[in-house]
Amino acid sequence: MEHITTPKVENVKLLDRYTNRKAANGTLYLTATHLIYVDASAEVRKETWILHHHIATVEKMPLTTAGYPLLIHCKNFHVAHFVIGQERDCHEVYTSLLKLSQPAKPEELYAFSYNPKMSKENRETGWKLIDLKVDYQRMGIPNDYWEITDVNKDYEICNTYPPEIVVPRAASKAVVIGSSRFRSRGRIPVLSYLYKENNAAICRCSQPLSGFSARCLEDEQMLQAIREANPGSPFMYVVDTRPKLNAMANRAAGKGYENEDNYDNIRFKFIGIENIHVMRNSLQKLLEVCEMKSPSMSDFLTGLENSGWLRHIKAVMDAGVFLAKAVKDEKASVLVHCSDGWDRTAQVCSLASLLLDPFYRTFKGFMVLIEKEWIAMGHKFSHRCGHLDGDPKEVSPVFTQFIECVWQLMQQFPCTFEFNERFLLEIHDHVYSCQFGNFLGICHKEREDLKIFEKTHSLWPFLLQKKQELRNPLYRGFTAYKELQPNTLPFSFQFWCGMYNRFDKGMHPKQHVLDHLLSCVSQKMKLEDSASDLENKLPFLDGPLPSEACSLSKVGRAASKTPMLNTPQDYEGEPPPVLSNGASAGDIGVVSDVDQKHKENLSPHQDLHDLNDTVNMLNAEAKDGKPQHH
Amino acid sequence: MEFAELIKTATVESVLLSCVGLPAVKGTLCITSHHLLLSSCPGGDSQPGTVELWLLIRNVDAVEKRLAGSSGTITLRCKDLKVLQLEIPGMEECLNIASSIEALSSVDSVMMMYPFFYRPQSLKLEEGWNLFPLEQYFQQIASQTSRWRLSDVNRDFTTCPTYPPAVIVPAAVDDDALRKAARFRQGGRFPVLSYYHPKNGTVMLRSSQPLTGPNRKRCREDEMLLGTVLDEGERGFIIDTRSAQAAKQARMTGGGTEPKSSYPRWRRLHRPLERGRPLQESFIKLVEACNDTSINMDRWLSRLESCRWLSHVKAALSTACLAAQCMDREEASVLVHGAEGTDTTLLVTALAQVILDPSCRTLVGFQGLLEREWIEAGHPFHLRCARSAYSHARLKQEAPLFLLFLDCVWQLSRQFPFSLEFGEHLLLTLFDNAYASDYGTFLCNNEKERRVGREVATALSLRSKAVVTTVTLRQTPLWPGQGLTLLDRAGRSLPRRSLGCTKPHDSRQGLKTRSQFSHRCLCKVKETTHSLWAWLNQPGEKKKYLNPLYSHNALVIWPSVEPQSIQLWQGLFFRWIRSSQYLDEAWAEIERLVEGNKPPVKESAGNRLSQSLSDPAARTENER
Repeated sequence: MEHITTPKVENVKLLDRYTNRKAANGTLYLTATHLIYVDASAEVRKETWILHHHIATVEKMPLTTAGYPLLIHCKNFHVAHFVIGQERDCHEVYTSLLKLSQPAKPEELYAFSYNPKMSKENRETGWKLIDLKVDYQRMGIPNDYWEITDVNKDYEICNTYPPEIVVPRAASKAVVIGSSRFRSRGRIPVLSYLYKENNAAICRCSQPLSGFSARCLEDEQMLQAIREANPGSPFMYVVDTRPKLNAMANRAAGKGYENEDNYDNIRFKFIGIENIHVMRNSLQKLLEVCEMKSPSMSDFLTGLENSGWLRHIKAVMDAGVFLAKAVKDEKASVLVHCSDGWDRTAQVCSLASLLLDPFYRTFKGFMVLIEKEWIAMGHKFSHRCGHLDGDPKEVSPVFTQFIECVWQLMQQFPCTFEFNERFLLEIHDHVYSCQFGNFLGICHKEREDLKIFEKTHSLWPFLLQKKQELRNPLYRGFTAYKELQPNTLPFSFQFWCGMYNRFDKGMHPKQHVLDHLLSCVSQKMKLEDSASDLENKLPFLDGPLPSEACSLSKVGRAASKTPMLNTPQDYEGEPPPVLSNGASAGDIGVVSDVDQKHKENLSPHQDLHDLNDTVNMLNAEAKDGKPQHH
Repeated sequence: MEFAELIKTATVESVLLSCVGLPAVKGTLCITSHHLLLSSCPGGDSQPGTVELWLLIRNVDAVEKRLAGSSGTITLRCKDLKVLQLEIPGMEECLNIASSIEALSSVDSVMMMYPFFYRPQSLKLEEGWNLFPLEQYFQQIASQTSRWRLSDVNRDFTTCPTYPPAVIVPAAVDDDALRKAARFRQGGRFPVLSYYHPKNGTVMLRSSQPLTGPNRKRCREDEMLLGTVLDEGERGFIIDTRSAQAAKQARMTGGGTEPKSSYPRWRRLHRPLERGRPLQESFIKLVEACNDTSINMDRWLSRLESCRWLSHVKAALSTACLAAQCMDREEASVLVHGAEGTDTTLLVTALAQVILDPSCRTLVGFQGLLEREWIEAGHPFHLRCARSAYSHARLKQEAPLFLLFLDCVWQLSRQFPFSLEFGEHLLLTLFDNAYASDYGTFLCNNEKERRVGREVATALSLRSKAVVTTVTLRQTPLWPGQGLTLLDRAGRSLPRRSLGCTKPHDSRQGLKTRSQFSHRCLCKVKETTHSLWAWLNQPGEKKKYLNPLYSHNALVIWPSVEPQSIQLWQGLFFRWIRSSQYLDEAWAEIERLVEGNKPPVKESAGNRLSQSLSDPAARTENER
């Protein structure tokens, strides 16, 4: 609160990315959680909400005739270009946003103040929605070969692992402890996924502290135990997801990779996925391409190529496919690591699980997968997403890449996922929003220290509430497809406009198949409901048929309650292409209030709460003027 | 010439057929005058074989042979972009088969082409040829304005050899003036009406370039013709599909563009669109890149960029949008032309109509548009589509303008998934048929050739040595030989190898008979071949081409031409490379969902009840 010096600025312009469009004129509000821009010039009221936590950078641009420009880049790839009349206002908004977007202390994160007016019981049940033990049970664990151990209950083995981990039954406590001393940050090999059909397992860990020649008997025994937990295969893979050169360089620092001679029957393999710094730079380049003004096709394709982004996505996908094939076709267990085993390893293991097991392609399963491979296993969300003011070199779009890989799979297999693209975008938004506790901190221990389970809400129940709009209408059910074998030829990887140019609506298809199909589904369900309603009533009625009038009114009502949510012609009012350059035919059209809210805001349900919160806040903060919410 | 002379070996046993993504099949290979067949004999000799491959030889774009020891491999690269391999035991057989296919596939004579021999039982010859008379199109315009008339100035093709006999022109201009204006336009292609925009009465005209030449010649009739299109005080736009410089340079060779001084009310806009050789090369390079499976991600993107195909798509869409915008938003009439007015001109006028006019977006309306703006308007299909992307033959007049048009329409269908009544399958079928077809629709270069025949003029001289006797199959195949059916992913619902031709095929004997075509070799395409439209519009066939999501959309569909919005048409360029199984399943699912949303035909216990209810419910839905 103390960061907001100017809660309201009038006569602020919001520039359109397309220069030829008239800029909007309106009022900018700063609240404790959001920047809100209310466009006064549009015929229909249009609000743009930007969550402070979503702001990646704020830049003051050189003075123009219109005023002082303020350029805001968001972590969800929204770009807002404001022009403020007074330099003082501009500067104050700028300094406020800098502080608000990157709080110094975890307690300042949105999740600790977010209050959706939910009972304590409901909140607690929300946190219990995902239980990883149930998922291990689903895999048949514990069994003869694997057990769930609480050897890490006080984080003595590894402070970035959860208290409960799955290790081979054959690995004694001494082996576990010994192995942990030989693995970077104590991240010993643990089970990620067990493929029940043939007992092949995917395990994960960090790099060994092998240097040029060091060995560790317990670590060798640990790998042997993993291999022997899969009696069907005489060997196991050890996959280092780093480029070979990087792994070799690590040897000089006393780390490195497994020597094939020291471990029995392993097949060692490098898969060159680049490190977090390369990925960060690649994304930066990609975003520059996305922001180019009227680029030619060549500019765009060259820029896309130079960013290397799709090459990295393909590398992650290739690795996931390799793992899935090793497990399914070669029936071999795989141990995966990178350096610390929390970035590339998380990407690759979760992708392989997704390819192998249809459960992870359901709503619940996908939540489990993220909880298991990312949250529990210590992907450093807080650092990678820059939740707090910290080292910018720790920020990297590792999770974004995973989400994109899932989207690429959706393109190839449109009927295999229970959820749709919006679900991915929602999750991606909330990884950065800090509105829910799930992604705060860097590991389980830190989340316990932050008391997120007592003080914050879990994201998953909120997403499940919105299931109807996040579901994939083409989903053919759990049993329709088992393992997926995606095509990984370069052409199968497409630029994800819906993510990186998500807020440039003019670039997207003008008619939305998804909405239409969702409304078909809901309409169908309602018709079926009313039909079964009627059938249930049938026995109670005398005579052969109910009277026409009675039944008609019933269905009539049912039908009128379910109008087509989305008429195909909702792009009406789309501006024409540009005469002067003939290049940018049609871009953003102000559609309607409802539509805007739906697209620009984080998510409708929480905005309802936010809106109320904000109104209260504004009442208190800025007595002289509040935005007029309808 | 006889086909039999070209066939050195008609059958070979134990040939192995393979192609990407499918298991190899062994069987008997057989070459007939127009087809290459491969039938497998799973149950030994006693059982009739299953025809696994039924390939129109005209579809073969390139034949490559590789000999190894006593056997050889022939790679057939087809115009529809699929690639087949035949492993043939016996070196001599291999060479013979290869040269037979090569000879048969490069027969240039229109009269020798399969459409003249193809006689499906389900269709009548005359069906489909007069579905879209220009008179009918004119009547729609005449019901709204009297400023236009239908002229038969070109009834004997003397005014313009590449125009149809009837054209729509300003009512105020008489035929005499038209003849004079035609002399001022390259190839006689004087400005004619292409599209009337009912919303505001503006029109789109098309023509070829004016023959201003180095001396800046003028033509009063041409100026008058264009002048009458505009009302007092109105201005129009000329969209020249060449760069300003190219248009200027054309003056040196007798062409040029409309100077401001002579056409003061027309504003000229230059939007260069590629055609001819560069476009064909772009196509070739793209297909090459698509077929290179060893390519890595970065190479792929840079090759996609350097072939420039997507740039051409973007440019074509942008220019069509510009034309549409002039009419719809600026309320100004438009004249479109490039040089000859038979390539990029038609691309722009046809595309602009799909954008502007909802009636062009129906299955039948789109056929009408193709008939009017491509076929009758004189796009030289025979020259442009003689060879596709694989051919080693020297490029002559080939250029994939029609494919570029189909690609742009596909982009529109992707951005407006509800607005086109037809789906990707139709666009693919049109592409296939433009390059090799059982039907006569895309034969020849213009209406004159289709009626009078180009054989007389050109082909006869080439064949002076050969005895001009034409052959026909005694029994024409009973199956609509839609290329290679086993690979025909297009027929979504068809199971693979659905052709299932267990009938013993008689084509092996087919060559022995000859018959009665006359020496004069009049083409008479419309009398002696079947129309593609007749086949497409059969109820059973038609279903395959419909878009299940279609709902009539009266609005203009303005596409985005940002690079992010333009995608490579995978369904075409990767049709034979990637599996479409999962996408086909998605379409089946969409169909099921959308169908389910239509008035339900209930099968449950409450059958009678729900039937009595479903109708009113459906009505409410439709009214919305």
